[in-house]
Amino acid sequence: MKSLFALCFSFFAVAVAAQDLAPDALVKKISDEVIGIIKQDQDIRAGNQKKINEMVDAKVLPHFNFSRMTALAVARNWPKASAEQQKALTSEFRTLLVRTYSSALSTYKNQAIEVKPLRAAAGDTDVTVRTQVKQPGAEAVSIDYSMEKTPSGWKVYDVVVGGVSLVTNYRETFNAEIRDGGVDGLIKSLVSKNHSLDTQASSKPK
Amino acid sequence: MLRRFLGLLLLTALVGCATTGGNPHDPLEGYNRAMFGFNEGVDKAIIKPVASGYKTVMPEFARTGVTNFFSNLRDVWIGVNNILQGKVGAGASDFGRFGINTTIGLLGLFDIASNAGFEKHNEDFGQTLGRWGVGSGAYVVLPILGPSSVRDGLSLLAVDWRGDPLWYVGNIPTRNELVGVRLVDGRANLLDVGRLAEEAALDHYAYIRDAYLQRRRNLIYDGNPPPEPDPDKTSESGHSKDAAARAGTELPPARITTQWGERIITAVDEELTPAREFSEAKSQPASARQEAAGAPGSVYEPRIPYNNDALPVAPGVRTGFAQTNLRP
Repeated sequence: MKSLFALCFSFFAVAVAAQDLAPDALVKKISDEVIGIIKQDQDIRAGNQKKINEMVDAKVLPHFNFSRMTALAVARNWPKASAEQQKALTSEFRTLLVRTYSSALSTYKNQAIEVKPLRAAAGDTDVTVRTQVKQPGAEAVSIDYSMEKTPSGWKVYDVVVGGVSLVTNYRETFNAEIRDGGVDGLIKSLVSKNHSLDTQASSKPK
Repeated sequence: MLRRFLGLLLLTALVGCATTGGNPHDPLEGYNRAMFGFNEGVDKAIIKPVASGYKTVMPEFARTGVTNFFSNLRDVWIGVNNILQGKVGAGASDFGRFGINTTIGLLGLFDIASNAGFEKHNEDFGQTLGRWGVGSGAYVVLPILGPSSVRDGLSLLAVDWRGDPLWYVGNIPTRNELVGVRLVDGRANLLDVGRLAEEAALDHYAYIRDAYLQRRRNLIYDGNPPPEPDPDKTSESGHSKDAAARAGTELPPARITTQWGERIITAVDEELTPAREFSEAKSQPASARQEAAGAPGSVYEPRIPYNNDALPVAPGVRTGFAQTNLRP
């Protein structure tokens, strides 16, 4: 009986690939993996940005929907952009967000991440997974992931840290850029921002 | 003295209220950008180097002790504000925290209460006023103190300091030293965040402003703010834009209809946000009728132009003044 149970369980374990994972389970899995890697890898702990980027590329980015994120940030101007402009915006915004995320990861210091039980109906295709980052001596910081169901599993389209949406926080700036210089003006600003961060990064670590 | 000066400045800001056109939350943008630049200058020249030095010199456990010490002193005022907001349980927990940490935690150097399950809260009088329904008014950057609003700034300068135990330290030099250490310690804790914000922002000023406004709104509702009335999401064009974004992720169009259809069915026993209910109520009849008719092309679907600016909605609707009487 016991072995039958174990067999069933192992069957489930195999059947549940990342694609079918519930959104909260997926967030838990990714957080655990990433923290596990950071804790083990001396280079990452020392701030080796290249290794951090590799890990983020492999573990985190496949679960993000950057075109949706960009559309949310560009908001009402999104339909005004041509397909190529949308593509350029997405690619540049992605670079900027990924860099911020990786940079934030390098400040990680033994905080515990708690994924709260999901409050959603069974058929929901759009949910918010709430997590709390607990650190001694400070108020816990909430990190909420807005996620949508796609054929290739759940995808994150917004990250809200302490009530601040990392995506919609760009809305006013993007709107102002587009008002002043059009969609191309915004693309240009993003490119030069990413470029200046590139040169900063290459001149710093030695 | 400084306090009185800042209060006067805020009142002037209130009366002056020169509109520069851009962001409805930020009619004082011209002044604010100048003050933000000034603060950045002071920070780069003095506060940040001191804070960095402090962080390098002090071992981590000592810094945690200092942070805990000042954090503990704040808990009493946090508790008072929780009670003013009607959250008696949370307030009692804050007093409990203060009691535990002041005694067992050796004058607050150790945060025993957090480990014992008494959660640390974040409250101040500005949040209490917000909870009571006072709107934030214009965004204001205060000298040295940084991002604030008319409501939060006046609360800070007129009320909150009375709940700050440091101001009751009789010996003035000692008091000033304590305030200084608290400032430096607080800045040291924010060094990483400050760097990240600088890296992430296209326009540093606007990034900090918008983060502050989002953060305050979130704090007032203790992490569960009601959805903001947002023309980008609630209008029909917002829905189309969403659909466009979904299409970008290679979702077949048929799938979108099904998704919305499914959501409409499950929506019955769900706590839906008003914004969402609104947008779906609009999209439902079109898709439902489409399915019933079986001929998608023949159904008339009303469209609102993408350009929200062209909509006949009064521009004042979204301003921070909408629910406040503070408008000059």
